[in-house]
Amino acid sequence: MYAQMIKSTGEGVKSLDEMDPQERAFQERINAGGKIEPKDWMPDGYRKNLIRQIGQHAHSEIVGQLPEGNWITRAPTLERKAILLAKVQDEAGHGLYLYCAAETLGVTRDQLTRDLLSGKMKYSSIFNYPTLTWADMGAVGWLVDGAAIMNQVPLQRTSYGPYARAMVRICKEESFHQRQGYDIMMKMAQGTDAQRKMAQDALNRFWGPALMMFGPSDENSVHSAQSMAWKIKMNSNDELRQKFVDECVPQAEYLGLTVPDPDLKWNEERGHYDFTQPDWDEFFDVLKGNGPCNTERLAARNKAWDDGAWVRDGLMAHAAKKRAAKLAAE
Amino acid sequence: MTHPTKEWPLFEVFIRGQHGLSHRHVGSLHAANAEMAIKSARDVYTRRNEGVSIWVVLASDIAASSPEEKGSLYEPANDKVYRHPTFFDIPDEVGAM
Ligand SMILES: [Fe+2]
Ligand SMILES: [Fe+2]
Repeated sequence: MYAQMIKSTGEGVKSLDEMDPQERAFQERINAGGKIEPKDWMPDGYRKNLIRQIGQHAHSEIVGQLPEGNWITRAPTLERKAILLAKVQDEAGHGLYLYCAAETLGVTRDQLTRDLLSGKMKYSSIFNYPTLTWADMGAVGWLVDGAAIMNQVPLQRTSYGPYARAMVRICKEESFHQRQGYDIMMKMAQGTDAQRKMAQDALNRFWGPALMMFGPSDENSVHSAQSMAWKIKMNSNDELRQKFVDECVPQAEYLGLTVPDPDLKWNEERGHYDFTQPDWDEFFDVLKGNGPCNTERLAARNKAWDDGAWVRDGLMAHAAKKRAAKLAAE
Repeated sequence: MTHPTKEWPLFEVFIRGQHGLSHRHVGSLHAANAEMAIKSARDVYTRRNEGVSIWVVLASDIAASSPEEKGSLYEPANDKVYRHPTFFDIPDEVGAM
């Protein structure tokens, strides 16, 4: 998902009996559906995992602005341009809500930024793919935001209060994102032959990477088991991926487009679609930094940070000066 | 990537919605000063008419109770059940009260 490969520090999930009283009280609170708040005691691993997960999620929202920002100046109409601008602005907001939540765990914003810019912290693999045509704005809204929603809706019930609250705000805004994307796809799919081809091409290129957003299968992962016990992960990756495929197939059919998977078919017995796994070698390669746009994305974030330095410094100096003047006048 | 710049301070943001409820905490943001914090809060937290009034306060100026005080702060309320109207039995004949 937006946080795809979170390695936890834990060795395996402890049973309640193996925990000391403090940890046990903490786990029992989570089991009972209670929330953990910033000043509450929490195990080190819980804190560390959450910082990584929320941080990675925040970075994804921020870097995720780049592929769509690419099309703001070239949107086909003024209305589409205004809509895309609003959508991308929302993503900036999502990044900020999440950074705030991470900061309540004791990490600073500057630290998170530094770790993104140095490549130490990751963001979702999906944003390392290029957006080549206007139809990609449709595919991204429909599929990428659609996949994000799959993961974010259950996270509204996550055990960490500030994270859950950030998710509630985000989910309220996401369905606009998915719908505006699908709306673009409908327009293109009902358009000229050339437009239909663009829509199909966008679906072809984004289908696999969208499936990768959920991360590799984690049914047997101790890391995931621990995250699920802590309720900072609510579903397995495969479960969400299946849900996503089941939802997307009829939507693609409505558009008259073909999902690029020859083995895709309804399985009556399971009550789900059978589908082909995405190319996991490609996924790991993209995570390692070898995707089509990794270098460009990080360079863009670094440039924005460096170019903004004089603004940050200037506003700080201005604020200090005003404070001093106010004190002098008192 | 090292910058000598110190981070902008953290402000907590409170917003009063349209329906007459009190200001409510919505999140936080970094800004050089309070004026800028209000401007940014407008962009970050009220893009869809969520509010008609914004308060910002430096996070470092907030004093908060700590979880360990839970007992001493809130438990005394438990043995004062007479503070709830349901403590009193009022006969039906009396009518609505
Ligand atoms: Fe988002
Ligand atoms: Fe979104």
